[in-house]
Amino acid sequence: MRVVVDLNRCQGYAQCCYAAPAHFELRGHEILFYDPAPPETARARIERAEQACPVRAISVEPAGLAEEDAP
Amino acid sequence: MPEDTLFAEVLDPRNRADPYPIYARLRRTPVARQRDGAYVVSTHAAIRSLLFDPRLSSEDLPPSRRPPTGNPLKDWLLNPIKNRIANAHRPLIFRDPPDHDTLRGFVMSEFTIARVNDLHGRVAALVDGLIETCRGRDTVCLVDDLSYPLPVAVICDLLGVPEQDEPQFHAWATRLATALEPDARRDEEARRATVETFDAIADYMRALIRQKRRQPADDMLSGLARRGTRDRPAMGDVDLIATAVLLLVAGHETTVNLITNGMLTLLRHPDELARLKADPERAPRVIEELLRYEPPVHFRSRKTLGDIAVAGATIPKGAPVILLFAAGNRDPERFSEPDRFDPDRADIQHFGFGGGLHYCVGAPLARIEAEIALVALCRRLRDPKLLADPPPYRPGASLRGPENLGIRIAGIL
Amino acid sequence: MSGQAGIVVVGASLAGLRGAEALRLGGYEGPLTLVGDEPHRPYDRPPLSKHVLAGELAADATALPQRVPLRACWRLGSAATGLDRRAKTVRLADGSSVAYDKLLVATGARARKWPGEGAGLGGVFTIRGRDEAAALRAALARASGRVLIVGGGLIGCEAASCCRALGLPVTLVDPNATPLARALGTFVGGTLAARMRAAGVDLRPGTQVRALEGEDGQVCRARLADGATIAVGLVIAALGAVRDTDWLAMSGLKADIGGLTCDGACRAITRTGEPDPDIFAAGDVARWPNPLYGGRLVAVEHWGNAVEQAAHAARNMLNPDDPLPYAHLPAFWSSQFGLNIKMVGLADGADSVAIVQGSRAAGRFLAVYGRDGRSIAALSFDEARWLPAYAERIAVGAAFPPIRGATDQPAVETRAPGFPPPRPIPTDRGRMPEAAHA
Repeated sequence: MRVVVDLNRCQGYAQCCYAAPAHFELRGHEILFYDPAPPETARARIERAEQACPVRAISVEPAGLAEEDAP
Repeated sequence: MPEDTLFAEVLDPRNRADPYPIYARLRRTPVARQRDGAYVVSTHAAIRSLLFDPRLSSEDLPPSRRPPTGNPLKDWLLNPIKNRIANAHRPLIFRDPPDHDTLRGFVMSEFTIARVNDLHGRVAALVDGLIETCRGRDTVCLVDDLSYPLPVAVICDLLGVPEQDEPQFHAWATRLATALEPDARRDEEARRATVETFDAIADYMRALIRQKRRQPADDMLSGLARRGTRDRPAMGDVDLIATAVLLLVAGHETTVNLITNGMLTLLRHPDELARLKADPERAPRVIEELLRYEPPVHFRSRKTLGDIAVAGATIPKGAPVILLFAAGNRDPERFSEPDRFDPDRADIQHFGFGGGLHYCVGAPLARIEAEIALVALCRRLRDPKLLADPPPYRPGASLRGPENLGIRIAGIL
Repeated sequence: MSGQAGIVVVGASLAGLRGAEALRLGGYEGPLTLVGDEPHRPYDRPPLSKHVLAGELAADATALPQRVPLRACWRLGSAATGLDRRAKTVRLADGSSVAYDKLLVATGARARKWPGEGAGLGGVFTIRGRDEAAALRAALARASGRVLIVGGGLIGCEAASCCRALGLPVTLVDPNATPLARALGTFVGGTLAARMRAAGVDLRPGTQVRALEGEDGQVCRARLADGATIAVGLVIAALGAVRDTDWLAMSGLKADIGGLTCDGACRAITRTGEPDPDIFAAGDVARWPNPLYGGRLVAVEHWGNAVEQAAHAARNMLNPDDPLPYAHLPAFWSSQFGLNIKMVGLADGADSVAIVQGSRAAGRFLAVYGRDGRSIAALSFDEARWLPAYAERIAVGAAFPPIRGATDQPAVETRAPGFPPPRPIPTDRGRMPEAAHA
């Protein structure tokens, strides 16, 4: 699955890091490092992170879309 | 109805069950000056703007009912609780940067992702046990049976408070929480009780911290009480006690509302309850929408350090500001059909945990507790029905939630 | 609205993807074609110069999420080579043509190559595309010698940070007095310089690379304008970007290496000065009059602009009778040397700068840039929490400095920002701006 975070919006609240610690990590004071291509098995956790973001900076590709719409 | 008395209506206990129509009236004037000089901010855009404004200070509580005399010593004496809590032992919610950041840094260094996420199993076991105690009954009193004991046990566990002291803590926390309400300082007796409670809890914490220093355990208090190193200076004892008390009260008084308001809302929307029961993966959306629709904390107070122009108004320097989060959460300019409970809405950007630098430290824990509790309640209570709607409410207008929530059930699954 | 050909998006980039999504979200049901010169689905560039170089992410992990079904015809791996506005067709590198009713130009920009002596040598890299980043990453993974970074802009500094994290010796050469001088000025750039030096970067400001020299076709030495010679194992040319407008040369549109000129509604302007009602542009390639900066023509090479302008152009494309002007407060972020850098607004042309939150000594601060007494930009080094408040003030052109009496605010002192003199701006296509390093 594919994920992108709008890092202009991100304020380093770290809620995604609690929701999906294997895929989001806060470094230093406010640098967010995240996995843009987590395995599909992590979807529930990634969507939890998406929902928990106080500034709605996380975009997650809906399941099956990439395959269905493949180039 | 003139707008300058609307906030008094918000505080009126008779409006506790449904303050939202008053919020709608307040939103017509996004920044509404009240007769006592406080400015109530109620639209989503204006609240958001102020949350990031460094001219908004947390280093003060809402004004007392008594107008300031101009003599600081006299004001201090007139308003002892405020000064006792806010000035002598100010925890980080009443501090500005850079002090706030230092204190928050200490807390965050112990409120680690691993420590919080490790609580999943403990929370699930507690929830199961608490629901199990309702077996054989046809009524659940949700606050007493689950919403209250769960966060108490969790925060005590996290801090490292011995289990046998929990009931004592519960009593203290309840009394301290009421002191945070704007109208709590009117009653002389309540005021004295709060001071006594604070002294008692501070004495207890001092002793507990001493013990944690002697015998450190894997808990937050042991971590916070750790002696300083070159890279990490030690936390001062006064700050340490203030922080411990804050975590205790915050851990008690907010999650209880999130769980109780959550179950109340689901019982009022049986289709959503059924959906959550059938698909627990919906829980994160349900929780975020709850935080928008029925947040545990309805407002917080700040003070202006300069004139601030916002939403076409100017709040003068030194004015108390009330950020009415729960009104911003229902702003039709920000959310379509704001008064509809809809976990599927695309974009739930709420103030349920506040925002900006004071964003709730405990948010991840609150989410875990609420999710596990609500999913378990939906799955295990057979045929739940509200006994009274609206339920009776606790007096608090800011930390707003039902006193209790009677639910008739056909059994436990 | 459409005929048979439908809408064609040239540039399978962030802007192209977001534009296509916005068209579908906006109710467009007709044919949709996405043309891309690279063989890849749209991918995200910011991680390339950070986590991909550092080896934390594979280059192909950066594919962007697609948020709605596009039902698009993808023409990947075939660059657009020409535009015939009369016939309403786009010519592709494979010799075929794609007809359009409406066109969204989102071809972005490409890295400027090392233009000087030694251009053909092995071991000289640029970072812009995914394949470039993958190749550089592979080279860094086996590199042993010193890495020379030519250019102290955002990409050069991020690359320097990655190379130091990998333990490689790094020299960074920039003609200005500090890194990021063009973006931030030397006053702020000086704090980054100190941080870079503390991280072990051999910083060579105020000079230029004269030539790269090789052995057996591999770069091995750099000669600097100040006479110094540096033994190098690998060179990263971080010399900025040129807009990808070559394919528009014969189109009759106003396009050059500085971008494709648009009107306020993102419609491409022809050489006779009229907007072409069927051609829109978005992202790095688009140069438009930004009402937030007095209608000055700007092209904004940042992620947030690609996202917003693409959606805006798509909206105007679907509402030809109600075109809305595109007002955008530029913003970017960068992470390097453990520091989060964020900026809103356009700082160039600033005559003053002031630290308004935190302090340079603490390593966390927010600076505001002023011009003629107005606030025009704000920059955060690890102090992003206040940025929204300052962004609001900048959007309305508040007096400089904008917020007084704030918490954690030092005594506000106004300084000279220290911007280098502007480079000549290219106006005719094909003419390169004065090369900074050749």
